[in-house]
Amino acid sequence: MSIRSKQIYIAFQTIVQKEIIRFTRIWSQTLLPPAITMTLYFLIFGKLIGSQIHNISGYTYMQYIVPGLVMMSVMTNAYVNTASSFFGAKFSKSIEELMVAPVPNYIILFGFTFGGMLRGLLVGFIVILISLLFTHLHIYNFWIVISMATLSSMLFSVAGLLNGIFAKKFDDVSFIPTFILTPLTYLGGVFYSINQLPPFWKNVSIFNPIVNIVDTFRYGILGISDVNIVGSFVMVCAFFVVLCLWSLVLLQRGTGMRT
Amino acid sequence: MHALNVKNLTKQYKNGLIALKGINLEVNEGDFFALLGQNGAGKSTTIGIISSLVNKTAGSVSIFGHDMDTDLDAAKLCLGVVPQEMNFNPFEKVAHIIINQAGYYGIPRKIAEARTERYLKKMGIWEKRDQIALRLSGGMKRRLMIARALVNEPKLLILDEPTAGVDIELRHSLWEFLAELNAQGTTIILTTHYLEEAENLCKNLAIIDHGEIIENANMKSLLNRLHIQTMILDLEKPITQLPPLDEYHGRLLDDSTLEIRVHKNQSLNTLFADLTRKGLNIVSLRNKTNRLEELFVNLIAESRGS
Repeated sequence: MSIRSKQIYIAFQTIVQKEIIRFTRIWSQTLLPPAITMTLYFLIFGKLIGSQIHNISGYTYMQYIVPGLVMMSVMTNAYVNTASSFFGAKFSKSIEELMVAPVPNYIILFGFTFGGMLRGLLVGFIVILISLLFTHLHIYNFWIVISMATLSSMLFSVAGLLNGIFAKKFDDVSFIPTFILTPLTYLGGVFYSINQLPPFWKNVSIFNPIVNIVDTFRYGILGISDVNIVGSFVMVCAFFVVLCLWSLVLLQRGTGMRT
Repeated sequence: MHALNVKNLTKQYKNGLIALKGINLEVNEGDFFALLGQNGAGKSTTIGIISSLVNKTAGSVSIFGHDMDTDLDAAKLCLGVVPQEMNFNPFEKVAHIIINQAGYYGIPRKIAEARTERYLKKMGIWEKRDQIALRLSGGMKRRLMIARALVNEPKLLILDEPTAGVDIELRHSLWEFLAELNAQGTTIILTTHYLEEAENLCKNLAIIDHGEIIENANMKSLLNRLHIQTMILDLEKPITQLPPLDEYHGRLLDDSTLEIRVHKNQSLNTLFADLTRKGLNIVSLRNKTNRLEELFVNLIAESRGS
């Protein structure tokens, strides 16, 4: 490894460590709330209401919604982590620490993305552990579970970075999660199978990336799916590449950072 | 070699404001250089461009021969910047702020920790290392930013008003530290509103006004150009009316304080003798402003044609 490569690796490591320290230091704001929210989801939708709902594809309603709720937590937390951390750095001007240093833009991109991904996966793991208090799960395909969780957390982490780059005030950081991400998630097949929808809405739902992510992850756990698994991976990878390239262009221009 | 070479640097903001009008600046290696100017003159924009925080409109900047357009990383490796405003995460621990900055420069953790200890001790805030930065006093926050700028051991250190709002004792200890750093070979560029600071520390200076360099000279030769100094004299006994002072221009500020303008060629001994002859005994003497300040005000006024 050349000296420059070592320097770049240390810079990447520093950004990631800083992110880990940040979200674990404020664990009561980052790790605890999704654990409480998901416990309530499992209790109310899974146990109380779910017990009145018949099985879907041979699984209880509780078992059916667990993968969706896990992915909902993973995506939301990956997104929010990067958006708030990057905007926070802009707000406190500590982003200038990175800008004056010889840190390549792709390292800023991947450092923040990796940090967000780790928070998303950690929260996902916590939610899986909680779900085991309510139901039993078996993993149908471990690699699909891991790869889809990782890829989608990276995708939403980059999306959060874009939000952080464009955000000018704190309201801008919560706008996308509230008005776009949450509706897409609720309409993303977390609580129902898209096969239950009328044909028109089923066809529309296929273009919702969250439907593909949730259903592919569900396939990895339960072995049932309403979408094309390979198509979902291609879609997530394509979105990830496009958002990465967009972020790099913005970082290069200094959008939202340099005057 | 030039530590800094700025050519035709221009900055026009989106609102149309032209902050820099093609400035040229050369700072030699080992120099202690003052960049002076009034608020809004273009100092911080210049420093912002040099430190990659502001996009330039035109021109070029090179640091120790590394062009910032073509060799940015090498240029950044030579540079340390202490900005005017606080720019760290106030919720991070003091030591972490320094260690992380070292990490961004690719400095291995062990070396980063050793340097963090060295520079925090040097700045007198080592005992605050485990506190979050928010709890530091204003002066300590500024010292933290200086320690952070030093962690990559830059060949060129730029300080944008480092002593603004800092108490006198700390200001003097910072001056000593910067002089020591410069003596060890670090090139330093300083912007300040305390012209006494620039006069005491800097070897060369540039004055910027309305985005243009109006003076770029050696400190001593510039001060030699000051032909008239304004002195404040405290009289032994109060007087109600000032007697004619012949070749001197003077006025009473109050019944026992006299302001007098003295030309470079006029001897102070002659002045005192003349005043004594007129019954005015002087008990103390001081400059109305420091010499650089007087010159600075004159140059700004000249450049604006008043």
